[in-house]
Amino acid sequence: MIQALSGQLLLGLINGSFYALLSLGLAIIFGLLDVVNFAHGAQYMLGAFLAWMGLSYLGIGYWWALLLSPLVVGATGLVIERVFLRRLQGLDNLYGLLLTFGLALIIEGLFHHAFGNSGSPYPVPELLRGGFDLGFMYLPKYRAWVVVVSLAVSLGSWFVIEKTRLGAYLRAGTENPKLLQAFGVNVPVMFMLTYGFGVALAAFAGVMAAPIYQVTPMMGSSLIMVVFAVVVIGGMGSILGSIVTGIGVGLVEGLTKFIWPEAASVVVFLLMAIVLLVRPAGLFGRQK
Amino acid sequence: MNPASATPALRIRDLNAFYGESHVLHGVNLEVAEGEVVTLLGRNGSGRTSTLKSILGLVGRRTGSIQVGGKETVGMAPHRIARLGIGIGYCPEERGIFASLSTEENLLLLPRIGATGMPESEIYAMFPNLEERRKSQGTRLSGGEQQMLAMARILRAGARLLLLDEITEGLAPVIVQGLGRVVRQLKERGYTIVLVEQNFRFAAPLADRHFLLEHGKVVDVIEAAQLAGRMDSLQEFLGV
Repeated sequence: MIQALSGQLLLGLINGSFYALLSLGLAIIFGLLDVVNFAHGAQYMLGAFLAWMGLSYLGIGYWWALLLSPLVVGATGLVIERVFLRRLQGLDNLYGLLLTFGLALIIEGLFHHAFGNSGSPYPVPELLRGGFDLGFMYLPKYRAWVVVVSLAVSLGSWFVIEKTRLGAYLRAGTENPKLLQAFGVNVPVMFMLTYGFGVALAAFAGVMAAPIYQVTPMMGSSLIMVVFAVVVIGGMGSILGSIVTGIGVGLVEGLTKFIWPEAASVVVFLLMAIVLLVRPAGLFGRQK
Repeated sequence: MNPASATPALRIRDLNAFYGESHVLHGVNLEVAEGEVVTLLGRNGSGRTSTLKSILGLVGRRTGSIQVGGKETVGMAPHRIARLGIGIGYCPEERGIFASLSTEENLLLLPRIGATGMPESEIYAMFPNLEERRKSQGTRLSGGEQQMLAMARILRAGARLLLLDEITEGLAPVIVQGLGRVVRQLKERGYTIVLVEQNFRFAAPLADRHFLLEHGKVVDVIEAAQLAGRMDSLQEFLGV
C-alpha cells in the first residue's frame, strides 16, 4: 500500500520536474517576448534526439550531451527568433503561436519520417546506475538525479531572474520593453538570447528525459499539452509559479494514479478549468 | 558658448509622426541648444508627448529629420538613440517605474549613456527620500517619490538632455516646489531640458523659451523675456 503510493508519488515528482523545467522556459519566453512557444515540445524532443544521435553515431556520452545538446538547440532558437519571431513583433500573439506550432509540426514530421514511430532506448549513464533502498521503496539513482538537478536548475534560474542585475533587465523588459529600449538597452538582442535560453532549457530537459522515457519523435507533443496546462494554472509568465505548479501538478497526477488511475490523465485539465474559473490570471499570475 | 556656431543638442525639422494609420505630428520644427531649458506648451492632443516619443523612436513611424548632437536619428533603433550626443534621458508621463524591481534596482537599471553619470551620493542628496526607500518595491512609492526615482535614474545613467513629460502632474504643491528646485539646480549645472508641462506656473520661471504646439506642429515660439507681454494671448491659447 505505502509502497504503491510512494512509487506513484515518486513518478509524479519526476514528471513534475520535467513539467517545471519546461514550463519555466515557456514562462520566461512568454513573459518577455509575448510568444506562446508551441515548438517547446519539439525542442525538448530535439534535445533528447541529439543526445541519442550523438551517442549512436559519434559516441558522445551522456555528460557531454547534457552540455552540447542544449547549446545546439539553443543556437537554433537564436536563429528562429532572429529570422522568424522578430518579424511578428507588434502583431497579435496568435501569429507567434501559429508560427511555432508550424515549426513543431515540421520538426516532428521530419524526425518521424527519418526515424519512424518506434522509440529508441538510451542507456542510463554508468555513474547513475543502481539505486537506494529506502526501506519503504526502491529509489533508482537516476531518478533522484533528475529531481535534484531539475530543482537546482529551476531554482537557479529563479534566483538569477529575481535577484540579479541580469534578471532585473529581464523583469523590466517583461513589463515594458519599449521603455527599456528607450533607456539604451539593446532589447532586440535580449529577446533573442532569452528565446535561446528558454529553448535550451527544453533541450536540457530532453537530455535528462532520454534515459527514462523512450526517445521518439512524438515524445514532446504528448508532454507539451500538460505543460501548457501547468503554465495556465501557474499563471502565464510567472517564473516561480511555473516551477511550483510544475512540481505540484506532477504530484497531483501521481496521487490520482494511486486513488483513481483512470482519472490521472484528465485531472490536470480539470484543475486548469477550475483555476480559470476562480482565478483567471492563474495561481501566481498578476492580472495584466 | 555661442549657440549659433555650436551644434544644437536637438534639432527637429519637418517631423511627421504616425501611430499606425493616425497621423499625430504634422511638420514639427524646433531647436534646443545645449544648456537650454525649453517647454512644449499646448492643449491635450496637440502633439507634445508625441514629439518627445518621436525623439526616442517610440512612435510607429517618423519622417523628416531629428538630429541629436548633429546625428540623424530617423530610422535608428531606439537603444542607439539614447546614447547619442550628450545622452538622452526620458521621464514618461506615466513615470514608467518598473513594478517588479525595487527602488534601488530601478535606479541602477539603466546602462551608462553619457560621459559621466551623476554619482549616487549626489543623487541621494538631491532626492533624500529615495535612499530611505531603497529596498521598497518601485510601485510602493508615493507618486512624488516615483517621479523623483524616474528623474534620478536618468541622471545616474549620465543623460544630459532630459525629456520630462508632465513631471508635476497629480503631485502635491510642496512636492512640485521640490521638483522646481531640482530642475533649477540641473539648469545651473548645464543640463539641457525639454519640459512638457500642463502646470504653466511651474514651467514659466524655469524655461528660456516656450514652444507652442497645436494640431501636431509648432505654431509659435515665445522667449522668456517676451513672456510678460504675451500672457493674455498665451492664456487664451492654452484655454486656461
